[in-house]
This record gives sequence, structure tokens and C-alpha cells, in this order.
Amino acid sequence: MPSRKNTRRTPLTSRWMGLTLVPLYLFTLVLVLGPLVYMLVLSFETRADVWGVIPQFTWANYKNIFQPVYLNTFVQSLKLALLCTGLILLIGYPFGYFIARLSPRGKKFMTAALMIPFWTNSLIRLYGWIIVLRSGGTLDKVLMALHLTQRPLKLLYTYPAVVVGMVYALLQFMILAVYSSAEKMDWSLVEAARDLGASPAQAFFTVTLKLTMPGLLSGVILTFIPSMGLFFIADILGGNKVVLVGSLIQDQLLQAHNWPFAAALSVVLMLLTSLMIGLYKRVTHTTRLEGLL
Amino acid sequence: MSQTILQLQNIEKSFDGTPVLRGISLDAAAGEFITLLGSSGCGKTTTLRIIAGLECPDAGRVLLEGRDVTGTPPEKRDVNTVFQNYALFPHMTVAANIGYSLKLRRRPNEEIAKAVAQALELVQLTGYENRMPAQLSGGQKQRVAIARALVNRPRVLLLDEPLGALDLQLRRQMQLELKALQQQLGITFIYITHDQEEALTMSDRIAVMRDGQFVQIGTPAQVYDEPRTSFVARFVGSANILQGTVVAAEGGLVAARVAGCPVCARAGQTEFLPGQPIALALRSEQVDFAPEGSGIPAVVKEKSFAGGMLRIALELPDGSRLVVSRHGIDQSLAPGQKLCVRWAPEAAVPVEVDD
Repeated sequence: MPSRKNTRRTPLTSRWMGLTLVPLYLFTLVLVLGPLVYMLVLSFETRADVWGVIPQFTWANYKNIFQPVYLNTFVQSLKLALLCTGLILLIGYPFGYFIARLSPRGKKFMTAALMIPFWTNSLIRLYGWIIVLRSGGTLDKVLMALHLTQRPLKLLYTYPAVVVGMVYALLQFMILAVYSSAEKMDWSLVEAARDLGASPAQAFFTVTLKLTMPGLLSGVILTFIPSMGLFFIADILGGNKVVLVGSLIQDQLLQAHNWPFAAALSVVLMLLTSLMIGLYKRVTHTTRLEGLL
Repeated sequence: MSQTILQLQNIEKSFDGTPVLRGISLDAAAGEFITLLGSSGCGKTTTLRIIAGLECPDAGRVLLEGRDVTGTPPEKRDVNTVFQNYALFPHMTVAANIGYSLKLRRRPNEEIAKAVAQALELVQLTGYENRMPAQLSGGQKQRVAIARALVNRPRVLLLDEPLGALDLQLRRQMQLELKALQQQLGITFIYITHDQEEALTMSDRIAVMRDGQFVQIGTPAQVYDEPRTSFVARFVGSANILQGTVVAAEGGLVAARVAGCPVCARAGQTEFLPGQPIALALRSEQVDFAPEGSGIPAVVKEKSFAGGMLRIALELPDGSRLVVSRHGIDQSLAPGQKLCVRWAPEAAVPVEVDD
């Protein structure tokens, strides 16, 4: 944090800076830490029969998760997240890699082209996908005009539609993470590898991939975690056919009014997330996620 | 001359329409130490990259042991490079860096370990196997880079200003070590530097480069004593270039008039006609002071002391400059003082003016 470095110069400004940080601490305490603790407490409380909770300790909410129907949701979520992350990795890695190899102007253009669509609300962009994917929509029209298909396909409200939406929504995180890692790479190392007898593929796997691994892993985390919880994509493009942990939490909270159970689900999801970040830390020896702007 | 290992034939290369190499040719013999000497931007590194296969020439051919390798990728050439920035793999230990090429060739682990140990011994870094590159000093990184490039015993080793980042003392030491290593292994070295002293110390032959061309290729003695052009004379020996007119030529000597005074120079094989303009290269240390009334009169303009040498800048009657150098500090000379200079006829070499 550069601002902190500057404040060390004189004790007076340092004290002032300390005071200016108070709102930030308050903000964190009230709006981040508070709800977190409340959620943790909530997850051990008992659901009231009609509305709200009874402050009575119970493990029931956590045990509830292991019921086949809910466990299955977790498994389905993990499967979808894995599939999406895999696809995003396959598309995003080469993408980020090639941006890093562009001229400075090309890099600026490509990163801007990546960022600008994300100034539009994600729900609106999602509705854009509905227009593209719906029966008789843009994609159908194009396919039929090219005589690749005879009649409208049923693309919307299917599993693949959810996957497409997820990949679309999260791809940029992978691209930027890989780009930020590849950008720092010294390309003469690849030449050195070639010079020492490595084929282009060998040079890639022994040097480039190894050196961009922090970006790759960071991209995996930045896409895998949200793809477990992006329930609205599953809802909008999957039409309630694909239920994710995120959707389950939402349903439990808003429909079933089972707050303690929703809280328990959230805690477990958070534990999974922490576990992944812990693994990342183990592998790359840093806590900073590459490409997190 | 022994067997030719590497041949460059009329290599041309442009980047974005700017010519970088304008038709260079070079033959390197087995075990020869050739230095490409030139200032930055003259095309040295591009030449090296073309030999390594990292760059493809627009025209011309690269032959390795008589085989055309112009289009061969770098991994299929029996040539290794010591990169200017060392280019050590930061995620591998010293041993893994050096053993990298052997591992690619799927050699058994014991063989790799043995070769790595040998290579480390060669560059005097035994015991550094498990260090990471980040834990090494500049000089040590340099040694690892050399060991890594030599572990395969390539036919040709390319070195791109390998000592550029080292301090002077280490540089001198490494120059001697590299030369000894090259003689011990009998590998052809193509060595890039912009340091003429380094080139003169280490090379069997020097190729002086300028604007993508070889201006002169020859032994250090040839390049130093018989510079072909004024650029070579200035670049390699920081010689004075004096302009004059030929008076007569006879018996291997040429008489000329410089700054209105009669001077002598060696003629070599060149034919000179009276009245023809002539440029003479003259090293500062070969200029003598003459008794009053003989030689060329001159005025001391300034003097400086550097590296154990006193350099005195003189002005000749025609306004041209002449730098004279002497060992030690001479207190007797002061700016504005008038004196006379002369030189032995063989000290002055006629050169072609190209700069």
C-alpha cells in the first residue's frame, strides 16, 4: 500500500492517516465481519415454525446438507463448476497468452475490449444471451440461413445454455489472470529452451506453463468459486432445470424461509472457497491472486 | 586452416523495412574464436540469432558443417547460446537448468547428474547444484549460463555480450577463463562484444561490424595494425585520422603532405598517385615529440589523465586534431604550449575513409 509507506515519513501525518482509517475499519466491522459472524451464528440456530429463527443451538442444519437431495445439489454444482472452469481454462489460457504477446497498443486494445462489456449490468448481458439462444433466436436464424439446420433448435433452458452463460460471464477473469502472469514472463526464456533443444511444445510445457502457473491457478480460483454460486445464470438460462448451491441458498432463504439452513449452506460454500485459496497459497507461495484488479 | 564448421553466405535481414544485415558472409573454422565487434545496433545480435535459428534471414544461407540449416528450427541445430541476460529458468535449480537439454533428450538421471557435475566443475561452481538462480550473483549466473550452453558440447557456442553486466575486474577474469575454456574444449566460439579491448584479448579473428556489414575481418593484429578503413582504426584502436595529399610513393612508403608539412607513411599494397588525397590512421601512442623546427608544429589544447595514460590533444596548423598519449604524468605540458610532433613512417597507415 503506497499510501502507508508515505505516512511513515512523519509521525504527525501518520497519526492523522490512522484516524482517517477509522471509517474503513468501521465499515469492515459493520458490513463485512458483522454479517459474517451473524451468518455463522445463524447456521447453528433453529428454524422457527412460521417465520424467523429460535436462538437454540443445533447441528441439524449441517446434517441437513447430507440429505441426498441437497448433497446432490452440491455434487451437481461441483460438476458444473469443474466443467465451466475447464472450458474457461481451455479458452482463456491461450487468449491471455496471446494478448501478452501483442504489441503494447494491441494489449491496450484487447484489455479494453475485454473490460468494456463488463460495464453493462450482468443481468442485461444475460438477457442478451436469451435473445441469441432462444428458439428462433439469433443463433437459430444464422444457422438456418447457412442451411446448417432446418428448424429452430431448442437451445435455451438446457444444461449447455447454462454452461455457455457461465463461461461467458467468467471468461474474462481467467484471461486477465493468465495475461497478467504471461505479461511478466521473460520470453527470452522460451528462446533459451528452444536453443537447448526443446520443441515448441516442450518449451511451452517446461517453461511457459510453469511460469504462468500462478496466473492459471488464480484464474481457476476466480472462475471456479463464482461458478458454484452464480445461481441467476442457472435460473435464467437453465430455466430451473439446473439447481446450483447458489440457487439452493437463494431458495432456502427467500422461498422456504429456512434462514439457518441457507446460512449453513453458505458457510460450507465459504469453507470450500477458503480451502481452494489455501491450496493456491500452498502451490504458489503467495496470497495475492494474479490478475485480480 | 582446419575444417570449416560454420558458414554465413550473404545473409540479409530487415525488420519492418529497415535493413539490419546487408549481406554478410563469414567462415568459421573448427575451434576458432571469432568476435563480432561493433557498437550497439550494428546487427551483431541479429547475426547471432540467425546462426542460432531464432531468426530467419530474408536472403542468404547458414551452413553448419556443410549442411544448409537456414530453415532449421533452433532445437535441431548443434549450436547453443549464452544469452545476454543469461536467460536462466527461474523455476529450476542450477542443476536442472544445466541438465535441461539432457533431460529433453531423455538421458538417464545418473548420466545427467554426472554431466551437470562436470559442467559445474568446468565453470568452477561445484556445490551449487541446488541453488535457485535468484540466489546467485551476476558472475555466478553467467557461469551457470555458460555451463548450461556447454553441457551438450555443441559444435558452435554463441555468446551475446556475456560479460556485459559484470564489473571490470570480474570481466577481465572471466575473459581469461572463457578463452581457456574455449581452448580446452576446442569448440568454435562466436562472441559478441562492443569492447575492442575484449575483442583483441580473446579472439583468433575479429569481424568488425558496422551498419549490418563486416567492415574488416582479420586477426587482432591485422585489425589493430592494418585497419582497412578509418572506422576500424577509430573503433578498434581509437586512432587519429589525418587527411593529406600524396606527394610521391616509392619502395613501400608513401610521402604525403599533412597540414602543410611533409610526412611519411607505409604504403602497403596500395598504389598511390601524386596529388591524390590520402587518409592516415595514426595511434596516439605512436606519435613522438620532435625537436623544435622538425616534424609538424602543434599547439597543446588540453590534456587529461585516465587509466595510467596521459592524453594530450593537439591542434595542427590546418586546425585538425591529433591526440597523443604517454605513460605517466608529464607536468611539463600546458595548454597553449607550442611543440613539434613526428612519427615513424610505418606507424601511419593509409585507410579508406568511411565515417
